[in-house]
Amino acid sequence: MVDAAARISPLDGRLFQDEGILVEPAVPAVRLALRAPSAARAALSKALGIDLSQRPKASAVHGARAALWLGPDEWLVIDEEGGDLMAACGTVTAFHSAVDVSHRNTALLVSGRRAADVLSAGCPQDLSRGAFPVGAASRTVFGKVEIVLWRTGEEAFRVECWRSFSDYVFMLFEAAARDA
Amino acid sequence: MQQPFRLADVGRLGAAAPVNFTFDGKPFTGLTGDTLASALLANGVHLVGRSFKYHRPRGIVSAGAEEPNALVGIHRDAARKTPNVRATVQEVHAGLEAVSQNRWPSLAFDVGALNDAASPFFSAGFYYKTFMWPKAAWERLYEPFIRRAAGLGVAPDQPDPDVYANRFAHCDVLVIGAGAAGLAAALAAADTGARVILADEQAETGGALRFETGAAIDGRPGWDWAKAVTADLAARDNVRLLTRTTGFGYYAQNIVGLVERLTDHLAKPAPEQPRERLWQVRAKRVVLATGAIERHMVFAGNDRPGIMLASAARTYLNHFGVAVGRNVAVYTADDSAWLAALDLKRAGVGIAAIVDARSEIRGAHVEEARRLGIECLEGHAVTATAGRLRVSSIQVRPLAGGAGRVIPCDALITSSGWTPAVHLFSQSRGKLAFEAETQRFLPGTSAQDVDCVGACGGSIDLAQTIEQALEAGTRADGAQGRRATIVKDVRGEVWSGGMLGTAETGTGVKAFVDFQNDVTAKDIRQAVREGMRSIEHVKRFTTTGMATDQGKTSNMHGLAIAAEMLGKPIPEVGLTTFRAPYTPVTFGALAGHSRGALFEPVRRTPIHSWAQEKGAAFEDVGQWKRAWYFPEAGEDMHAAVARECRTVRESAGIFDASTLGKIEVVGPDAARFMELMYTNPWAKLGVGRCRYGVMLREDGFIYDDGVVGRIAEDRFHVTTTTGGAPRVLNHMEDYLQTEFPDLRVFLTSTSEQWAVIAVQGPRSRDIIAPLVDGIDLSDAAMPHMSVREGTVCGVPARLFRMSFTGERGFEINVPADYGRTVWEAVWAEGEKRGACAYGTETMHVLRAEKGFIIVGQETDGTVTPQDAGLIWAIGKNKADFVGMRGLRRADLVAPGRKQLVGLRTKDPNTVLDEGAQIVADPHQAVPMTMLGHVTSSYWSENCGHSIALALVAGGHDRMGETLYVPMPGGAIAVEVASTVFFDEKGERANG
Repeated sequence: MVDAAARISPLDGRLFQDEGILVEPAVPAVRLALRAPSAARAALSKALGIDLSQRPKASAVHGARAALWLGPDEWLVIDEEGGDLMAACGTVTAFHSAVDVSHRNTALLVSGRRAADVLSAGCPQDLSRGAFPVGAASRTVFGKVEIVLWRTGEEAFRVECWRSFSDYVFMLFEAAARDA
Repeated sequence: MQQPFRLADVGRLGAAAPVNFTFDGKPFTGLTGDTLASALLANGVHLVGRSFKYHRPRGIVSAGAEEPNALVGIHRDAARKTPNVRATVQEVHAGLEAVSQNRWPSLAFDVGALNDAASPFFSAGFYYKTFMWPKAAWERLYEPFIRRAAGLGVAPDQPDPDVYANRFAHCDVLVIGAGAAGLAAALAAADTGARVILADEQAETGGALRFETGAAIDGRPGWDWAKAVTADLAARDNVRLLTRTTGFGYYAQNIVGLVERLTDHLAKPAPEQPRERLWQVRAKRVVLATGAIERHMVFAGNDRPGIMLASAARTYLNHFGVAVGRNVAVYTADDSAWLAALDLKRAGVGIAAIVDARSEIRGAHVEEARRLGIECLEGHAVTATAGRLRVSSIQVRPLAGGAGRVIPCDALITSSGWTPAVHLFSQSRGKLAFEAETQRFLPGTSAQDVDCVGACGGSIDLAQTIEQALEAGTRADGAQGRRATIVKDVRGEVWSGGMLGTAETGTGVKAFVDFQNDVTAKDIRQAVREGMRSIEHVKRFTTTGMATDQGKTSNMHGLAIAAEMLGKPIPEVGLTTFRAPYTPVTFGALAGHSRGALFEPVRRTPIHSWAQEKGAAFEDVGQWKRAWYFPEAGEDMHAAVARECRTVRESAGIFDASTLGKIEVVGPDAARFMELMYTNPWAKLGVGRCRYGVMLREDGFIYDDGVVGRIAEDRFHVTTTTGGAPRVLNHMEDYLQTEFPDLRVFLTSTSEQWAVIAVQGPRSRDIIAPLVDGIDLSDAAMPHMSVREGTVCGVPARLFRMSFTGERGFEINVPADYGRTVWEAVWAEGEKRGACAYGTETMHVLRAEKGFIIVGQETDGTVTPQDAGLIWAIGKNKADFVGMRGLRRADLVAPGRKQLVGLRTKDPNTVLDEGAQIVADPHQAVPMTMLGHVTSSYWSENCGHSIALALVAGGHDRMGETLYVPMPGGAIAVEVASTVFFDEKGERANG
């Protein structure tokens, strides 16, 4: 039998560190692609114990759980402590779609003084603190792949991408970081 | 090494360190801060290249990015050989190696110069006229000849070893050009607190203040003001100052492309330092302060080395401290050249004469010239020049008529006025307006949030320029911005004059309009005589303005000459379109990081590493790497595939199907949505059952296919082809959002959530049974085409019983991070039972043995379900589905359509070529009537003969017919057969 905790993440063992930049894989997480019309939002927020914001680019954090607004009816819910998000949503009868994407995505944590600049090598969004403050999250691109970008600190970002694209994302960070 | 033309106490390089470099292998010394052009001129070198068509000796024309002539190769090392570098832009550095181009055997003696003597044969339209006949000569003679002759420099023959960076940036104000106007605009914008990016193509800011010594701002010489403002801006947090950075393209939504050159000026760049950085800037407002470009005079022999723009000579003097000659003649129709002459004279350079084509010249500069004892000739033209490799004299003649005379000189500086650099404004889709009085195209109506300030906006007065710039900079903050920036005491030079075209029409002479493409005034006149009416036609016929400088110095001359010939005002003849890039941009800068491993994402499955360890060969499927076959020791591909095919049907095979697209369709209307998107019926599909689905486009042709499992009443697990995954999801979303928005259903891609391990073959159930918990695997409980949720190896799984091989088969879906671990467990069980791992090739063969199609191989966007033999997959009682109406079109139900059939070669060992054509009679005349083509073809180890699928006209009615596949070695006879070659009753999947 497989030890259910023994997830092999695609970026296991990868680490990139240079002057003013650190790129490392995030710990495995439980993730939910949550789609819901506004009628179900309150019930889902209650069931998940986290406020599903209606504000574009907003995120909400409660303990190890976060909900990132991706669209008017779409959130990415992340739980780093293995909470059963599917079961939580299962109690809500109002129409919604909860799909487990824990393994579809993987995440990189990018931090350091140069983090925003290095991201700007591949991400066309305005990452200044005025336009993309701490807590902001959005679905965007990095180079040629789609990512979900979440600013978790002044100089810290979480980058979610599909697992098979993570090697490309990691290598692009390495290449971009060479441009001082 | 001496620099005989470097003047003491003149210019700004002062006591800069000497720099050694070579040109055509000969060592020279320049100063730090020199361009290659200024350093060569300091050494008295004017001759730097040979012209494109006539191989005429050519020199340095300008001191900037507009340079048409002085293109050289820069060789840093064996791999770094950059052709067509403008010597006026390239900065010198220690060890710089520059070579001249388009000459053989040497720059001074060039065999190609025979073209010059033969020039009557190379007139305008030469290519169009000469290379017409005979047609057969194109491929063998003309094209190779033209290709060899084309281009000046030689492209590097090794991969570019440099790295290039990319950066996206946002700002409130982007200012292009850091001359007086750009600096003032940036300063005003920065004072409002706006985020500012200021870019300038030169190594230093200052623009025309480099040479315009008569300018003073804030009580200081213009250049000193520029340096002070630059230092101020550079120190501010809200300003990003980019030098050596060209704004080359102005795109929609105020996105401007800049290319920053980072290492071309360095002797020893750090190994990993990017050579260039591409900036893609999105600006709320753009201020264009791109200045104006001086034009040369068009006259006979105006291309000899030593003949250059007056502003260039003034720049070399006032900035670089270099005299362009000892005895310099001037030919002008604009005051600006007079000021250049005065600066030269005051610096101790002899002025042979000032020849002005204008009949009446007056002003302080004229008086000053006369006071300094310079001979001034008004209403005169230069009618010829002499000097083989450098101008040695000019012939002048009164325009009103009269005798000419020869004036010796060692340089000639010319000006016919200034063309506003409206390139970027025009690229922004702004409309240009022609100002008849000054004969200039100026920015008219803007299409984006852009201001043009200074000379590019038509200003000829420095005080007005600064005023405009401060206004524009302040506007950046929105309408309410209050101007805080004060710039006082602005005093600039005022130049008037200017002319377009030729002052005097000589015949049989070479008066060059476009130096780089060797286009003369005569060529343009000839183009009009031969019927060209629009400047677009004149341009293409003569190639004027089509060289890498895009006619920056020449287009207005060409236009004016054509307009004069046509007797029409200039705007009626038209203006050619300004296109990006403003100056040439390297491919490297545009490619940025997207090369090598980063050219395209390479996607690998969770099981990839296992296959790699087993020595699998991989094939590319879209961005994915898929295991193609697993050769054992001594096996080639054929042997490995034959063994894998045999093993799957005898025992079992294990296959990584993780790349298949997967879409979770969830919601109370999920079944209704599925009914609309697929041809098949779904409403009555029970939970836990699967069905093969066919998806059409609106036109009725097959778009995708895949097995769909119903996980719950309101939840479907849809699979798509590997390559089709993104477009199928888009297709579904499009219909959901635009056609069926009332349906309560959401779509989520789960392609990468699941690792998919296919276990196929008679022993598949035995292999997985020890690993599965919570699922009854018996045929009764879990028949073919069913799906169950349970656990495999202790992890949650969706287990499909399905088959793409025709054998009893399962597909284990487990969360991807567990994929490799579960695969290894399945492999261990498989090995005990004689199973093999197989790749995509075996998968293809096995499905072809069963006649299962692959979308994109058996279909090509023109194949209907009927054509593919899938009419059974269309729900007969359905009211609607995408493509339903398309399928009823007359052409789609007409007899004789190409239909999918099997082919059996008469010789069982012959394997047909995929894509080969099929005919009824191999003896008919070429071109033959083709009935269709082979879509799939393999050696089938299990059948003991080759198999093929083909699309054949009326194929379903041709069963048993003999057709032929004509090949170079003779026609191959084939028999039309069923598409199913193995287990025709389809019993094995159930058993």
